[in-house]
Amino acid sequence: MDGFFGILGEAVALILAWDADLIEIIGLSLRVTLTAVGIACLIGLPLGALVGTFRFPGRTAVTVLLNALMGLPPVVVGLIVYLMLSASGPLGVLGLLYTPTAMIVAQTILVTPIVAALTRQVVEDLNREYAEQFASLGVGPLDRVAALLWDARYSLLTVALAGFGRAVAEVGAVFIVGGNINHVTRVMTTTIALETSKGNLQLALALGVVLLGLAVAVNALAMTLRVSAQRAAYA
Amino acid sequence: MMTRRLFGLAAAGLLALGLAAPGTPAAANGKFILVQSTTSTQNSGLFDHILPIFTDKTGIEVRVVAVGTGQAIKNAANGDGDVLFVHARPAEEKFVAEGHGVARFDVMYNDFVIVGPPADPAGIKGMTDVTAALGRIAEAEAPFASRGDDSGTNKAELRLWKAAGIDVSEASGGWYRETGSGMGATLNAGTAMGAYIMTDRATWIAFGNKGDYAIAVEGDERLFNQYGIILVNPEKHASVKADLGQQFVDWVLSEEGQAAIAGFEVNGQQLFFPNAGG
Repeated sequence: MDGFFGILGEAVALILAWDADLIEIIGLSLRVTLTAVGIACLIGLPLGALVGTFRFPGRTAVTVLLNALMGLPPVVVGLIVYLMLSASGPLGVLGLLYTPTAMIVAQTILVTPIVAALTRQVVEDLNREYAEQFASLGVGPLDRVAALLWDARYSLLTVALAGFGRAVAEVGAVFIVGGNINHVTRVMTTTIALETSKGNLQLALALGVVLLGLAVAVNALAMTLRVSAQRAAYA
Repeated sequence: MMTRRLFGLAAAGLLALGLAAPGTPAAANGKFILVQSTTSTQNSGLFDHILPIFTDKTGIEVRVVAVGTGQAIKNAANGDGDVLFVHARPAEEKFVAEGHGVARFDVMYNDFVIVGPPADPAGIKGMTDVTAALGRIAEAEAPFASRGDDSGTNKAELRLWKAAGIDVSEASGGWYRETGSGMGATLNAGTAMGAYIMTDRATWIAFGNKGDYAIAVEGDERLFNQYGIILVNPEKHASVKADLGQQFVDWVLSEEGQAAIAGFEVNGQQLFFPNAGG
Protein backbone atom coordinates (compact mmCIF):
# COMPACT_ATOMS: atom_id res chain seq x y z
CA MET A 1 0.00 0.00 0.00
CA ASP A 2 1.26 3.43 -0.94
CA GLY A 3 0.09 5.11 2.23
CA PHE A 4 -2.44 7.80 2.77
CA PHE A 5 -1.16 10.33 0.25
CA GLY A 6 -1.09 7.75 -2.51
CA ILE A 7 -4.74 7.02 -1.85
CA LEU A 8 -5.58 10.71 -1.71
CA GLY A 9 -3.86 11.11 -5.06
CA GLU A 10 -5.86 8.23 -6.48
CA ALA A 11 -9.08 9.82 -5.23
CA VAL A 12 -8.22 13.10 -6.94
CA ALA A 13 -7.31 11.21 -10.10
CA LEU A 14 -10.65 9.39 -9.94
CA ILE A 15 -12.52 12.68 -9.77
CA LEU A 16 -10.43 14.28 -12.50
CA ALA A 17 -10.92 11.29 -14.80
CA TRP A 18 -14.64 11.75 -14.18
CA ASP A 19 -15.61 8.62 -16.01
CA ALA A 20 -19.23 7.93 -16.86
CA ASP A 21 -19.58 5.02 -14.43
CA LEU A 22 -18.44 7.09 -11.48
CA ILE A 23 -20.80 9.93 -12.39
CA GLU A 24 -23.67 7.46 -12.66
CA ILE A 25 -22.87 5.98 -9.25
CA ILE A 26 -22.53 9.39 -7.59
CA GLY A 27 -25.73 10.56 -9.26
CA LEU A 28 -27.69 7.55 -8.05
CA SER A 29 -26.30 7.92 -4.52
CA LEU A 30 -27.45 11.53 -4.42
CA ARG A 31 -30.85 10.82 -5.95
CA VAL A 32 -31.65 7.95 -3.62
CA THR A 33 -30.40 9.65 -0.47
CA LEU A 34 -31.80 13.13 -1.15
CA THR A 35 -35.20 11.70 -2.06
CA ALA A 36 -35.23 9.56 1.09
CA VAL A 37 -34.21 12.53 3.24
CA GLY A 38 -36.87 14.70 1.53
CA ILE A 39 -39.63 12.20 2.28
CA ALA A 40 -38.29 11.61 5.80
CA CYS A 41 -38.46 15.39 6.43
CA LEU A 42 -42.03 15.59 5.13
CA ILE A 43 -43.03 12.90 7.64
CA GLY A 44 -40.55 13.50 10.44
CA LEU A 45 -40.70 17.31 10.77
CA PRO A 46 -44.48 17.51 11.40
CA LEU A 47 -44.43 14.33 13.48
CA GLY A 48 -41.57 15.54 15.65
CA ALA A 49 -43.15 18.99 15.97
CA LEU A 50 -46.50 17.55 17.06
CA VAL A 51 -44.88 15.38 19.72
CA GLY A 52 -42.68 18.28 20.82
CA THR A 53 -45.51 20.82 21.06
CA PHE A 54 -48.50 19.03 22.56
CA ARG A 55 -49.10 16.97 25.65
CA PHE A 56 -51.01 13.76 25.23
CA PRO A 57 -51.19 10.38 26.96
CA GLY A 58 -48.25 8.17 26.06
CA ARG A 59 -46.11 11.08 24.93
CA THR A 60 -43.10 9.90 26.87
CA ALA A 61 -43.44 6.45 25.37
CA VAL A 62 -43.58 7.92 21.86
CA THR A 63 -40.50 10.02 22.61
CA VAL A 64 -38.58 7.01 23.89
CA LEU A 65 -39.63 5.00 20.85
CA LEU A 66 -38.56 7.72 18.40
CA ASN A 67 -35.21 8.08 20.13
CA ALA A 68 -34.67 4.33 20.15
CA LEU A 69 -35.54 3.99 16.46
CA MET A 70 -32.65 6.34 15.65
CA GLY A 71 -30.49 3.29 16.27
CA LEU A 72 -32.25 1.03 13.76
CA PRO A 73 -29.63 -1.28 12.24
CA PRO A 74 -29.55 -0.76 8.46
CA VAL A 75 -29.21 -4.49 7.78
CA VAL A 76 -32.38 -5.20 9.72
CA VAL A 77 -34.26 -2.47 7.86
CA GLY A 78 -32.95 -3.90 4.60
CA LEU A 79 -34.11 -7.36 5.56
CA ILE A 80 -37.60 -6.16 6.52
CA VAL A 81 -37.99 -4.17 3.30
CA TYR A 82 -36.67 -7.17 1.33
CA LEU A 83 -39.26 -9.48 2.92
CA MET A 84 -42.02 -6.95 2.16
CA LEU A 85 -40.98 -6.36 -1.47
CA SER A 86 -39.89 -9.91 -2.31
CA ALA A 87 -41.95 -11.65 -4.99
CA SER A 88 -43.28 -13.90 -2.24
CA GLY A 89 -43.83 -10.98 0.17
CA PRO A 90 -47.02 -8.94 0.67
CA LEU A 91 -45.92 -6.13 -1.66
CA GLY A 92 -44.20 -8.36 -4.21
CA VAL A 93 -46.71 -7.52 -6.93
CA LEU A 94 -45.32 -4.00 -7.10
CA GLY A 95 -42.09 -5.38 -8.57
CA LEU A 96 -40.01 -2.85 -6.64
CA LEU A 97 -37.26 -5.14 -5.32
CA TYR A 98 -33.82 -4.43 -6.80
CA THR A 99 -34.84 -0.95 -7.97
CA PRO A 100 -33.75 2.48 -6.72
CA THR A 101 -37.28 2.93 -5.34
CA ALA A 102 -36.70 0.04 -2.93
CA MET A 103 -33.50 1.72 -1.78
CA ILE A 104 -35.38 4.99 -1.20
CA VAL A 105 -38.00 3.15 0.87
CA ALA A 106 -35.33 1.52 3.05
CA GLN A 107 -33.42 4.75 3.61
CA THR A 108 -36.62 6.65 4.35
CA ILE A 109 -37.38 4.16 7.12
CA LEU A 110 -33.87 4.66 8.49
CA VAL A 111 -33.90 8.45 8.37
CA THR A 112 -37.46 9.33 9.43
CA PRO A 113 -36.94 8.46 13.13
CA ILE A 114 -33.77 10.55 13.20
CA VAL A 115 -35.54 13.58 11.75
CA ALA A 116 -38.60 13.10 13.97
CA ALA A 117 -36.65 12.53 17.19
CA LEU A 118 -34.28 15.48 16.71
CA THR A 119 -37.13 17.74 15.56
CA ARG A 120 -39.07 16.84 18.69
CA GLN A 121 -36.20 18.00 20.88
CA VAL A 122 -35.62 21.24 18.97
CA VAL A 123 -39.32 22.14 18.84
CA GLU A 124 -39.94 21.21 22.47
CA ASP A 125 -37.16 23.52 23.64
CA LEU A 126 -38.43 26.37 21.49
CA ASN A 127 -42.02 25.77 22.56
CA ARG A 128 -41.01 26.26 26.19
CA GLU A 129 -39.73 29.75 25.27
CA TYR A 130 -42.81 30.62 23.20
CA ALA A 131 -45.52 29.06 25.37
CA GLU A 132 -46.54 32.23 27.18
CA GLN A 133 -46.63 34.30 24.03
CA PHE A 134 -48.70 31.70 22.23
CA ALA A 135 -51.13 31.64 25.15
CA SER A 136 -51.47 35.42 25.39
CA LEU A 137 -51.96 35.79 21.67
CA GLY A 138 -54.38 32.89 21.55
CA VAL A 139 -52.51 31.13 18.74
CA GLY A 140 -54.26 28.01 17.42
CA PRO A 141 -52.56 24.61 17.54
CA LEU A 142 -51.71 24.33 13.83
CA ASP A 143 -50.33 27.86 13.69
CA ARG A 144 -48.22 27.04 16.72
CA VAL A 145 -46.63 24.06 15.06
CA ALA A 146 -46.04 26.02 11.88
CA ALA A 147 -44.50 28.97 13.73
CA LEU A 148 -42.24 26.71 15.78
CA LEU A 149 -41.05 24.82 12.71
CA TRP A 150 -40.37 28.04 10.88
CA ASP A 151 -38.47 29.69 13.72
CA ALA A 152 -36.42 26.55 14.26
CA ARG A 153 -35.64 26.22 10.56
CA TYR A 154 -31.89 26.67 10.88
CA SER A 155 -31.64 24.00 13.56
CA LEU A 156 -33.89 21.78 11.49
CA LEU A 157 -31.55 22.15 8.54
CA THR A 158 -28.90 20.52 10.70
CA VAL A 159 -31.43 17.84 11.59
CA ALA A 160 -31.95 17.13 7.90
CA LEU A 161 -28.18 17.00 7.39
CA ALA A 162 -27.88 14.46 10.20
CA GLY A 163 -30.39 12.33 8.33
CA PHE A 164 -28.49 12.83 5.09
CA GLY A 165 -25.27 11.73 6.75
CA ARG A 166 -26.87 8.57 8.04
CA ALA A 167 -28.40 7.67 4.66
CA VAL A 168 -25.51 8.48 2.37
CA ALA A 169 -23.05 6.46 4.44
CA GLU A 170 -25.29 3.43 4.85
CA VAL A 171 -24.52 0.21 3.00
CA GLY A 172 -26.37 -2.63 4.75
CA ALA A 173 -29.90 -1.76 3.70
CA VAL A 174 -29.27 -0.68 0.11
CA PHE A 175 -27.14 -3.78 -0.54
CA ILE A 176 -29.99 -6.11 0.39
CA VAL A 177 -32.90 -4.32 -1.29
CA GLY A 178 -30.96 -2.87 -4.22
CA GLY A 179 -28.73 -5.86 -4.95
CA ASN A 180 -25.78 -3.69 -6.06
CA ILE A 181 -26.71 -4.28 -9.72
CA ASN A 182 -24.31 -2.56 -12.10
CA HIS A 183 -25.88 0.49 -13.82
CA VAL A 184 -29.17 -0.04 -11.95
CA THR A 185 -28.76 0.04 -8.18
CA ARG A 186 -25.02 0.50 -7.61
CA VAL A 187 -24.28 3.43 -5.31
CA MET A 188 -21.13 4.76 -3.66
CA THR A 189 -21.26 2.63 -0.53
CA THR A 190 -22.04 -0.64 -2.33
CA THR A 191 -19.25 0.08 -4.82
CA ILE A 192 -16.83 0.59 -1.94
CA ALA A 193 -17.94 -2.72 -0.39
CA LEU A 194 -17.57 -4.46 -3.75
CA GLU A 195 -14.08 -3.12 -4.42
CA THR A 196 -13.03 -4.06 -0.90
CA SER A 197 -14.22 -7.62 -1.52
CA LYS A 198 -12.19 -7.68 -4.72
CA GLY A 199 -9.14 -6.75 -2.68
CA ASN A 200 -8.83 -3.39 -4.44
CA LEU A 201 -8.35 -1.60 -1.16
CA GLN A 202 -6.78 1.51 -2.63
CA LEU A 203 -9.60 2.05 -5.10
CA ALA A 204 -12.13 1.36 -2.33
CA LEU A 205 -10.51 3.92 -0.07
CA ALA A 206 -10.24 6.45 -2.90
CA LEU A 207 -13.98 6.02 -3.52
CA GLY A 208 -14.45 6.58 0.20
CA VAL A 209 -12.61 9.88 -0.09
CA VAL A 210 -14.88 10.82 -2.99
CA LEU A 211 -17.93 9.96 -0.87
CA LEU A 212 -16.59 12.09 1.96
CA GLY A 213 -16.08 14.93 -0.51
CA LEU A 214 -19.68 14.53 -1.62
CA ALA A 215 -20.90 14.82 1.96
CA VAL A 216 -18.76 17.92 2.48
CA ALA A 217 -20.18 19.47 -0.70
CA VAL A 218 -23.79 18.86 0.32
CA ASN A 219 -23.14 20.26 3.79
CA ALA A 220 -21.34 23.28 2.40
CA LEU A 221 -24.26 23.94 0.05
CA ALA A 222 -26.71 23.73 2.95
CA MET A 223 -24.56 26.08 5.01
CA THR A 224 -24.37 28.57 2.14
CA LEU A 225 -28.14 28.52 1.81
CA ARG A 226 -28.47 29.12 5.51
CA VAL A 227 -26.05 32.02 5.59
CA SER A 228 -27.58 33.75 2.59
CA ALA A 229 -31.08 33.23 4.01
CA GLN A 230 -29.97 34.78 7.30
CA ARG A 231 -28.41 37.73 5.49
CA ALA A 232 -31.60 38.25 3.52
CA ALA A 233 -33.64 38.10 6.72
CA TYR A 234 -31.58 40.76 8.49
CA ALA A 235 -30.93 42.95 5.48
CA MET B 1 -47.19 34.47 5.78
CA MET B 2 -43.70 33.23 6.51
CA THR B 3 -45.06 29.82 7.37
CA ARG B 4 -46.84 29.64 4.07
CA ARG B 5 -43.55 30.34 2.39
CA LEU B 6 -41.96 27.47 4.32
CA PHE B 7 -44.57 25.03 3.09
CA GLY B 8 -44.23 26.45 -0.39
CA LEU B 9 -40.51 25.86 -0.22
CA ALA B 10 -40.94 22.37 1.13
CA ALA B 11 -43.45 21.53 -1.59
CA ALA B 12 -41.19 22.90 -4.31
CA GLY B 13 -38.27 21.00 -2.86
CA LEU B 14 -40.22 17.79 -2.80
CA LEU B 15 -41.36 18.30 -6.36
CA ALA B 16 -37.78 18.83 -7.50
CA LEU B 17 -36.64 15.75 -5.64
CA GLY B 18 -39.51 13.70 -6.97
CA LEU B 19 -38.63 14.74 -10.52
CA ALA B 20 -35.00 13.90 -9.95
CA ALA B 21 -35.84 10.51 -8.48
CA PRO B 22 -36.15 7.51 -10.71
CA GLY B 23 -39.79 6.69 -10.12
CA THR B 24 -39.99 3.51 -12.11
CA PRO B 25 -37.57 0.62 -12.36
CA ALA B 26 -35.03 1.76 -14.92
CA ALA B 27 -36.23 -0.80 -17.44
CA ALA B 28 -38.22 1.68 -19.49
CA ASN B 29 -36.00 1.00 -22.49
CA GLY B 30 -36.76 -2.66 -22.68
CA LYS B 31 -36.37 -6.21 -21.62
CA PHE B 32 -34.27 -7.34 -18.72
CA ILE B 33 -33.85 -10.39 -16.56
CA LEU B 34 -32.56 -10.78 -13.05
CA VAL B 35 -29.89 -13.39 -12.35
CA GLN B 36 -29.16 -14.51 -8.79
CA SER B 37 -25.51 -15.47 -8.81
CA THR B 38 -22.41 -15.70 -6.70
CA THR B 39 -19.61 -13.36 -5.82
CA SER B 40 -16.98 -15.55 -7.53
CA THR B 41 -18.52 -15.04 -10.99
CA GLN B 42 -18.95 -11.32 -10.46
CA ASN B 43 -15.71 -10.48 -8.65
CA SER B 44 -13.58 -12.31 -11.20
CA GLY B 45 -15.06 -10.17 -13.99
CA LEU B 46 -16.64 -13.07 -15.88
CA PHE B 47 -20.01 -11.37 -16.16
CA ASP B 48 -18.48 -8.14 -17.44
CA HIS B 49 -16.98 -10.25 -20.21
CA ILE B 50 -19.89 -12.48 -21.29
CA LEU B 51 -23.03 -10.47 -20.56
CA PRO B 52 -22.44 -7.68 -23.10
CA ILE B 53 -22.11 -10.35 -25.81
CA PHE B 54 -25.51 -11.78 -24.89
CA THR B 55 -27.13 -8.35 -24.59
CA ASP B 56 -25.79 -7.23 -27.98
CA LYS B 57 -27.22 -10.33 -29.59
CA THR B 58 -30.67 -10.41 -27.97
CA GLY B 59 -31.32 -6.91 -26.62
CA ILE B 60 -31.97 -8.45 -23.21
CA GLU B 61 -30.28 -6.67 -20.33
CA VAL B 62 -28.99 -8.99 -17.61
CA ARG B 63 -29.05 -7.67 -14.05
CA VAL B 64 -26.89 -9.62 -11.66
CA VAL B 65 -27.33 -9.83 -7.91
CA ALA B 66 -24.09 -11.31 -6.61
CA VAL B 67 -24.31 -12.86 -3.16
CA GLY B 68 -23.23 -16.12 -1.55
CA THR B 69 -24.70 -19.28 -3.09
CA GLY B 70 -26.84 -19.94 0.00
CA GLN B 71 -28.42 -16.49 -0.13
CA ALA B 72 -28.77 -16.60 -3.93
CA ILE B 73 -30.73 -19.85 -3.70
CA LYS B 74 -32.98 -18.45 -0.98
CA ASN B 75 -33.64 -15.27 -2.96
CA ALA B 76 -34.51 -17.32 -6.05
CA ALA B 77 -36.72 -19.61 -3.95
CA ASN B 78 -38.63 -16.48 -2.96
CA GLY B 79 -39.16 -15.77 -6.65
CA ASP B 80 -36.73 -12.84 -6.64
CA GLY B 81 -34.91 -13.65 -9.84
CA ASP B 82 -35.46 -15.31 -13.19
CA VAL B 83 -32.30 -17.40 -13.38
CA LEU B 84 -30.09 -18.98 -10.72
CA PHE B 85 -26.39 -19.36 -11.60
CA VAL B 86 -24.43 -20.81 -8.67
CA HIS B 87 -22.04 -23.54 -7.57
CA ALA B 88 -23.35 -26.02 -5.01
CA ARG B 89 -24.71 -29.03 -6.84
CA PRO B 90 -26.57 -30.77 -3.98
CA ALA B 91 -28.31 -27.51 -3.02
CA GLU B 92 -29.14 -26.81 -6.67
CA GLU B 93 -30.67 -30.25 -7.11
CA LYS B 94 -32.71 -29.73 -3.97
CA PHE B 95 -33.88 -26.38 -5.36
CA VAL B 96 -35.16 -28.12 -8.50
CA ALA B 97 -36.63 -31.05 -6.56
CA GLU B 98 -38.63 -28.64 -4.41
CA GLY B 99 -40.17 -27.22 -7.56
CA HIS B 100 -38.44 -23.82 -7.42
CA GLY B 101 -36.43 -24.49 -10.55
CA VAL B 102 -37.31 -25.97 -13.93
CA ALA B 103 -34.12 -27.96 -14.55
CA ARG B 104 -30.43 -27.76 -13.71
CA PHE B 105 -27.64 -27.76 -16.28
CA ASP B 106 -23.88 -27.94 -15.92
CA VAL B 107 -22.30 -24.75 -17.27
CA MET B 108 -18.61 -24.68 -16.44
CA TYR B 109 -16.14 -25.47 -13.73
CA ASN B 110 -13.10 -24.05 -12.12
CA ASP B 111 -11.35 -25.34 -9.04
CA PHE B 112 -10.67 -24.47 -5.48
CA VAL B 113 -7.20 -23.92 -4.13
CA ILE B 114 -5.84 -23.49 -0.63
CA VAL B 115 -3.70 -20.40 -0.28
CA GLY B 116 -1.33 -19.83 2.57
CA PRO B 117 1.36 -17.55 4.02
CA PRO B 118 5.01 -17.96 2.96
CA ALA B 119 5.94 -19.28 6.42
CA ASP B 120 3.67 -22.31 5.75
CA PRO B 121 3.21 -23.26 9.45
CA ALA B 122 1.45 -26.55 8.61
CA GLY B 123 4.01 -27.54 6.00
CA ILE B 124 1.49 -28.23 3.22
CA LYS B 125 3.05 -26.31 0.36
CA GLY B 126 3.00 -28.31 -2.85
CA MET B 127 0.66 -31.03 -1.57
CA THR B 128 -1.98 -32.34 -3.96
CA ASP B 129 -3.95 -34.48 -1.49
CA VAL B 130 -6.38 -31.96 -0.05
CA THR B 131 -7.68 -34.02 2.88
CA ALA B 132 -4.14 -34.87 3.97
CA ALA B 133 -3.30 -31.18 3.81
CA LEU B 134 -6.33 -30.29 5.93
CA GLY B 135 -5.25 -32.96 8.39
CA ARG B 136 -1.86 -31.31 8.78
CA ILE B 137 -3.46 -27.90 9.30
CA ALA B 138 -5.64 -29.34 12.07
CA GLU B 139 -2.70 -31.16 13.61
CA ALA B 140 -0.54 -28.03 13.61
CA GLU B 141 -3.57 -26.01 14.71
CA ALA B 142 -2.49 -23.47 12.11
CA PRO B 143 -5.05 -20.69 11.62
CA PHE B 144 -7.60 -21.40 8.89
CA ALA B 145 -10.10 -18.75 7.75
CA SER B 146 -13.43 -20.15 6.61
CA ARG B 147 -16.24 -18.31 4.81
CA GLY B 148 -18.72 -19.65 7.38
CA ASP B 149 -21.58 -18.22 5.31
CA ASP B 150 -23.26 -21.28 3.77
CA SER B 151 -21.94 -20.28 0.36
CA GLY B 152 -20.97 -22.81 -2.32
CA THR B 153 -17.32 -22.47 -1.35
CA ASN B 154 -18.17 -22.90 2.32
CA LYS B 155 -20.24 -26.02 1.61
CA ALA B 156 -17.41 -27.52 -0.45
CA GLU B 157 -14.88 -26.71 2.28
CA LEU B 158 -17.02 -28.35 4.97
CA ARG B 159 -17.41 -31.48 2.81
CA LEU B 160 -13.62 -31.71 2.61
CA TRP B 161 -13.14 -31.33 6.37
CA LYS B 162 -15.67 -34.08 6.84
CA ALA B 163 -13.84 -36.27 4.33
CA ALA B 164 -10.64 -35.60 6.30
CA GLY B 165 -12.41 -36.77 9.45
CA ILE B 166 -12.01 -33.48 11.28
CA ASP B 167 -14.76 -31.79 13.27
CA VAL B 168 -13.99 -28.10 12.79
CA SER B 169 -16.91 -26.94 14.95
CA GLU B 170 -14.81 -27.83 18.00
CA ALA B 171 -11.99 -25.59 16.83
CA SER B 172 -14.26 -22.69 15.85
CA GLY B 173 -13.01 -19.53 17.47
CA GLY B 174 -9.63 -21.15 18.00
CA TRP B 175 -7.47 -21.94 14.98
CA TYR B 176 -10.59 -22.39 12.81
CA ARG B 177 -12.03 -18.94 12.16
CA GLU B 178 -15.37 -18.35 10.47
CA THR B 179 -15.57 -14.85 9.01
CA GLY B 180 -19.24 -15.13 8.05
CA SER B 181 -18.64 -13.07 4.94
CA GLY B 182 -17.92 -13.23 1.22
CA MET B 183 -14.84 -14.66 -0.50
CA GLY B 184 -13.11 -11.30 -0.88
CA ALA B 185 -13.74 -10.24 2.70
CA THR B 186 -12.52 -13.63 3.91
CA LEU B 187 -9.35 -13.31 1.83
CA ASN B 188 -8.76 -9.82 3.22
CA ALA B 189 -9.23 -11.07 6.79
CA GLY B 190 -7.40 -14.37 6.33
CA THR B 191 -4.29 -12.91 4.75
CA ALA B 192 -4.15 -10.31 7.51
CA MET B 193 -4.21 -12.99 10.23
CA GLY B 194 -1.76 -15.33 8.50
CA ALA B 195 -4.39 -18.03 8.03
CA TYR B 196 -4.82 -20.66 5.33
CA ILE B 197 -7.85 -19.98 3.14
CA MET B 198 -9.72 -22.13 0.65
CA THR B 199 -10.85 -20.04 -2.31
CA ASP B 200 -12.01 -20.59 -5.85
CA ARG B 201 -9.15 -20.05 -8.27
CA ALA B 202 -11.00 -17.37 -10.24
CA THR B 203 -11.45 -15.08 -7.26
CA TRP B 204 -7.87 -15.69 -6.17
CA ILE B 205 -6.32 -14.80 -9.53
CA ALA B 206 -8.41 -11.64 -9.84
CA PHE B 207 -7.93 -10.67 -6.17
CA GLY B 208 -5.98 -7.46 -5.74
CA ASN B 209 -4.74 -7.78 -2.15
CA LYS B 210 -2.73 -11.01 -2.18
CA GLY B 211 0.19 -9.64 -0.21
CA ASP B 212 2.89 -12.35 0.01
CA TYR B 213 0.37 -15.21 -0.15
CA ALA B 214 0.63 -18.02 -2.68
CA ILE B 215 -1.23 -21.17 -3.61
CA ALA B 216 -0.24 -24.03 -1.28
CA VAL B 217 -2.54 -26.86 -2.35
CA GLU B 218 -4.07 -27.45 -5.77
CA GLY B 219 -4.77 -30.18 -8.29
CA ASP B 220 -6.87 -32.59 -6.23
CA GLU B 221 -9.97 -33.59 -8.20
CA ARG B 222 -12.01 -33.19 -5.02
CA LEU B 223 -11.31 -29.45 -5.39
CA PHE B 224 -13.36 -29.43 -8.59
CA ASN B 225 -15.93 -26.59 -8.52
CA GLN B 226 -18.94 -27.12 -10.79
CA TYR B 227 -21.27 -24.27 -11.73
CA GLY B 228 -24.89 -24.89 -12.69
CA ILE B 229 -27.65 -22.79 -14.20
CA ILE B 230 -31.36 -23.09 -13.46
CA LEU B 231 -34.42 -21.27 -14.78
CA VAL B 232 -36.63 -20.33 -11.83
CA ASN B 233 -39.96 -22.12 -12.15
CA PRO B 234 -42.62 -19.76 -13.56
CA GLU B 235 -45.34 -22.14 -12.38
CA LYS B 236 -44.22 -21.55 -8.81
CA HIS B 237 -43.45 -17.84 -9.19
CA ALA B 238 -45.67 -15.93 -11.60
CA SER B 239 -43.30 -12.97 -11.80
CA VAL B 240 -40.56 -15.02 -13.47
CA LYS B 241 -39.81 -13.98 -17.03
CA ALA B 242 -39.65 -17.52 -18.31
CA ASP B 243 -39.20 -16.67 -21.97
CA LEU B 244 -36.33 -14.20 -21.50
CA GLY B 245 -34.73 -16.30 -18.79
CA GLN B 246 -34.85 -19.40 -20.98
CA GLN B 247 -33.14 -17.44 -23.77
CA PHE B 248 -30.30 -16.64 -21.40
CA VAL B 249 -29.99 -20.23 -20.17
CA ASP B 250 -30.01 -21.50 -23.77
CA TRP B 251 -27.34 -19.00 -24.77
CA VAL B 252 -25.03 -19.83 -21.86
CA LEU B 253 -25.27 -23.51 -22.78
CA SER B 254 -24.87 -22.85 -26.51
CA GLU B 255 -21.62 -23.11 -28.40
CA GLU B 256 -21.38 -19.31 -28.49
CA GLY B 257 -21.98 -18.90 -24.77
CA GLN B 258 -19.52 -21.63 -23.90
CA ALA B 259 -16.91 -20.06 -26.17
CA ALA B 260 -17.44 -16.71 -24.45
CA ILE B 261 -16.79 -18.34 -21.06
CA ALA B 262 -13.64 -20.06 -22.36
CA GLY B 263 -12.44 -16.78 -23.83
CA PHE B 264 -12.44 -14.98 -20.50
CA GLU B 265 -8.93 -14.52 -19.17
CA VAL B 266 -7.29 -12.58 -16.37
CA ASN B 267 -3.54 -12.01 -16.63
CA GLY B 268 -3.46 -14.45 -19.52
CA GLN B 269 -5.07 -17.25 -17.49
CA GLN B 270 -8.36 -18.88 -18.38
CA LEU B 271 -10.50 -18.90 -15.22
CA PHE B 272 -13.55 -20.97 -16.12
CA PHE B 273 -13.76 -24.14 -18.20
CA PRO B 274 -17.07 -24.66 -20.01
CA ASN B 275 -18.52 -28.17 -19.79
CA ALA B 276 -22.20 -27.87 -20.70
CA GLY B 277 -23.66 -31.10 -21.98
CA GLY B 278 -20.52 -32.87 -20.77
